[in-house]
Amino acid sequence: MTEQDLRAIVRQALAKVAPETAAMEIEADGPLREEYDLDSMDFLNFIIGLHKATGVEIPETDYPRLGTLAGALAYLEERRGQA
Amino acid sequence: MADFRMPSLGADMEAGTLIKWLKQAGETVKRSDIIAEVDTDKGAIEIEVFEDGVIEEIVAQPGEKVPVGRTLARIRTAGIAPAPAPAPPREAAQVTAATAAGAPAGEPGPPSPRRAGAPPPAHVAASPAARRRATELGLDLRSIAGTGPHGAITLADVEGTAAAAAAPAPAPARQQAMRRAIASAMAKSKREIPHAYVTTTIDMFRAMAWLRAENERRSVGDRLLPAVLLLKAVATAVPDVPEVNGYWLEDRLQPTSTVHLGTAIALRGGGLISPAIHDVGQRDLGALMRGLADLVARARSGALRGSELTDATITVTNLGDQGVDGVLPIIYPPQVAIVGFGRIVERPWVVDGRIEPRPVLNASLSFDHRAVDGHRAGLFLASVDRRLQAPGVL
Repeated sequence: MTEQDLRAIVRQALAKVAPETAAMEIEADGPLREEYDLDSMDFLNFIIGLHKATGVEIPETDYPRLGTLAGALAYLEERRGQA
Repeated sequence: MADFRMPSLGADMEAGTLIKWLKQAGETVKRSDIIAEVDTDKGAIEIEVFEDGVIEEIVAQPGEKVPVGRTLARIRTAGIAPAPAPAPPREAAQVTAATAAGAPAGEPGPPSPRRAGAPPPAHVAASPAARRRATELGLDLRSIAGTGPHGAITLADVEGTAAAAAAPAPAPARQQAMRRAIASAMAKSKREIPHAYVTTTIDMFRAMAWLRAENERRSVGDRLLPAVLLLKAVATAVPDVPEVNGYWLEDRLQPTSTVHLGTAIALRGGGLISPAIHDVGQRDLGALMRGLADLVARARSGALRGSELTDATITVTNLGDQGVDGVLPIIYPPQVAIVGFGRIVERPWVVDGRIEPRPVLNASLSFDHRAVDGHRAGLFLASVDRRLQAPGVL
């Protein structure tokens, strides 16, 4: 899975909970919850979307690392490398 | 025979527009089957039937705006023989469906599609294909603007009118309508209900520690949110102070024995809706979480059911995600109480004479002082607090 594939997965998971982001430029280091008004249910669904698409187990304690686009990409890349 | 009527899906609702029928005349229906979709100020809502039987007659047609309480269809309930076949269409049958359903005589109304089967009048200029299609769709040619030669109605005019009638309102119009509906309900509540408030701060240390441990053993898709503990704590506290759960109707409190929790859900793009999760006290936390996730998803995609908008007996609003410390919410009439939660945040807290950082939560109860006394309201919040100190038994 390339970085491009992972980026597409993250974008897709985000667009599923915040459809308006599908056509937007996402700032790599922007806080996703604040910028796209994600509540805790949205954020959990975002995490579930990433888990379903990649198979990566994401413990709750790691949620803060997935709070930005860049953070989510780095996290998924790291965890896939460990698998 | 039972009339299936346009339900009231909130104190502020006066009418709804029928989007489509999911069952047709002659089909068997069972209690709680979803048989129609209705467009309201709060979005598209699926409407359930409350009897077992057979649909004898479809009265309202897709695209019609139907006042609350008017008949949408007639249902032959078990043990009743079918009605005789309808007589051939007569001129008198060509009144609009809205009038046929009982609109006051002489009251002008918006153009309304005709009942299916009624032949369109001959004096309106229309192509044969348009005439045929209008009859198939049950549309009144006089309600369609013609764009053909000399204003004649074309097939495209008929199709366009049918599509426009069945389409839900566009987003900006819907948002304005929802804003008006919220304004009306909230103003009515503040005008008519003598609100009073109690607040407390709850130590969430045990609840959050329990939740962390619980979520560690759950897979990603099965994890619980703190909101689920709060909902369960509210529902299970109700039996301690039952007068917070029910309705103020006919100048008296009408308490209910079941707890259907209205859950305020913010919609993306603005507005909010408060559908009910049924029988919250009877569900385990996993089932409650699945119910909440399902309800939020359906509220945001416009697929709520009518009963979910009418059955709430007490409401919870949780603004913790918005970073506020607390909220004093307005009661949804005819309910008599609403619980408000702020964010769970670490604060200095005195434990056994020492100051420690602890996750704490501000909780409030707005209550109708006609139905509930301040002392009892305080007992209710104390009961919620007590339950959150023993999360393992929620």
